[in-house]
Amino acid sequence: MLEKAITGDKRYWGWIALVLMMIGAGAIAYLRQLDQGLTVTGLSRDVSWGFYIAQFTFLVGVAASAVMVVLPYYLHDFKAFSKLTILGEFLAVPSVIMCMLFIVVDMGQPFRVQNVMLYPTLNSPMFWDMISLSGYLFLNLIIGYMALSSEKKGIAPPKWIKPLIIISIPWAISIHTVTAFLYSGLSARPFWMTAVLAPRFLASAFAAGPALLILIIFLMRKLTRFDAGKDAIQKLAVIATYAMCINVFLVMMEVFTTFYSGMPEHMHHFEFLYVGLHGHNTLVPWMWFSSALAVVALVLLLTPKFRKTEVMLGFACIAVFVSIWIDKGLGMIVAGFTPSQMGEVVDYWPTLNEFMVSIMVWGIGLLIMSFLYKIIFTVRGETNPAVADEEEKKELTVPTK
Amino acid sequence: MGIDRRKFLTIAGLTTLTTLGKSVFSSSPAGHDPIETGSETVKRLAMAIDMVKCRQNEGCAECTNICHKIHNVPDIGNAKEEVKWIWKENFEAAFPNQHHDLLEDNIKNSPAVVLCNHCDDPPCVKVCPTKSTWKRESDGIVMMDMHRCIGCRYCVAGCPYGSRSFNFRDPRPFIKETNPEYPTRSKGVVEKCNFCAERLVDGLLPACVDICPEKALTFGNINDPESEIRQILKSRHSIRRKPILGTNPQIYYLV
Repeated sequence: MLEKAITGDKRYWGWIALVLMMIGAGAIAYLRQLDQGLTVTGLSRDVSWGFYIAQFTFLVGVAASAVMVVLPYYLHDFKAFSKLTILGEFLAVPSVIMCMLFIVVDMGQPFRVQNVMLYPTLNSPMFWDMISLSGYLFLNLIIGYMALSSEKKGIAPPKWIKPLIIISIPWAISIHTVTAFLYSGLSARPFWMTAVLAPRFLASAFAAGPALLILIIFLMRKLTRFDAGKDAIQKLAVIATYAMCINVFLVMMEVFTTFYSGMPEHMHHFEFLYVGLHGHNTLVPWMWFSSALAVVALVLLLTPKFRKTEVMLGFACIAVFVSIWIDKGLGMIVAGFTPSQMGEVVDYWPTLNEFMVSIMVWGIGLLIMSFLYKIIFTVRGETNPAVADEEEKKELTVPTK
Repeated sequence: MGIDRRKFLTIAGLTTLTTLGKSVFSSSPAGHDPIETGSETVKRLAMAIDMVKCRQNEGCAECTNICHKIHNVPDIGNAKEEVKWIWKENFEAAFPNQHHDLLEDNIKNSPAVVLCNHCDDPPCVKVCPTKSTWKRESDGIVMMDMHRCIGCRYCVAGCPYGSRSFNFRDPRPFIKETNPEYPTRSKGVVEKCNFCAERLVDGLLPACVDICPEKALTFGNINDPESEIRQILKSRHSIRRKPILGTNPQIYYLV
């Protein structure tokens, strides 16, 4: 089945070549970072985590969001998602791999990464993050692969896969919860030290992930004969709508608590993000752009007429994704470090080298995703999808009671 | 029969859970009591910094100079990548919660010598995923193993005092005069003050304490009621940096 990834037409290989070029260009930047150290990044002793860790955080959310197709299908028997579960799982796989790579490229001594396993440290959330991410990767690989190979053979997936599917649901929640714990347990950083961080991460993930999946479905419909169906797309849109509402609600909770209590240590970080602090306002236009996109997205999603029009839905999904990417992928991490423990504001902006290294990681993610999706669509083109789906549903559906 | 199988399993399970829970929420190894200030049987090293004496000598940087010299701390010459073990901060930066506009000029303008607080409950130790930094059981010093450190900078994020520095580049070309007695570091690892652990084994005081021309630094076992540091703390008003965070910092500032 895996060989399906290395057979394809010119268009497929052209795309793969492009992705490989991305990876190659980024790899040069990474070699430079390995040689010279993290001095090639925009990081400093005050803002000691930046773009890499932010991308990691955002992508954990994308990975976790696979649960938004898995849960309705397996727990609620929502049949319209039958073709989407593998897409969700095979979106989670490259996302988790990108997460891990973003952690590795952020390390000062990446060749010592095995120390995390050699000296397991239960009191470090980073240890638990490693456990939860690798477990989630394993679960999604196995589940996706077994479901697809059964579909190919036109048989029901093996029975032992069901418990793994059930486990993967809370596991998805756990990966983003533990990722939030990385930050929310730090007394040193008032901006992150909020119990609402994990719920907020989950809400933004469950908005951005399904939005991305809708965009992928639109794209795949153009590129392949795959069609998820109107029902599935609309249900994903509703999920993204609810999640985006909850996300914006939670951000407002944060703003109220911070500004009504009026504690300077908590307010300064928000001020830095939205109005600038001591004349430093690098992120201000970005954060307002993100907020504006969130408003646009909510208007489009909450109005049934717009949500049900595919072009409008497409715009809404782009707005959700970009809005959350800016919030989580730029603002969240940098604002935690600004102002510093000494009250200083040190500007941070990723360097070109840092951006290129990120291009490498995204490229690797895209490459893996392209291979996995290619396998899915080739397999589905070969088998009779209608028959396979019927079988799959009959055998795999977990009763809701 | 005293205990049946079910009961045994319950007890065993609960014990495991408690041990696990303890190891997640505390950075001290399970089964050992953390070294708490106040217990008289164990040694707990601490430092008192007399801000009154320190401010007499404006512009003095003897403590920084000697420390950075003997520990091969590089002078990168770039504020963003600075490596520092001990240095002077202005009062407001060091004590944001104790500062106000009408504070007497003497205190407001006092520089505060800052360094690793060698906390009793150090957040850096709690977050480190490789046990590269730990609180030494024998005297409470927060130690650092630069050979194990993976450079994830979680400790830098976790330290509320900005006491940790990361080597963004190879520090060796930036060391003016390498001290062969102390190791140099490679790029990509975190470092900080170690209370001169290497001098303590030789029976010496930390270099900063020794060199201070104003004799503003007092170092000793805070668990010994007879120690000089305890006598000073008894007679003078002292403050600590961000005590509200519960880290129990072991650097005391006499104001």
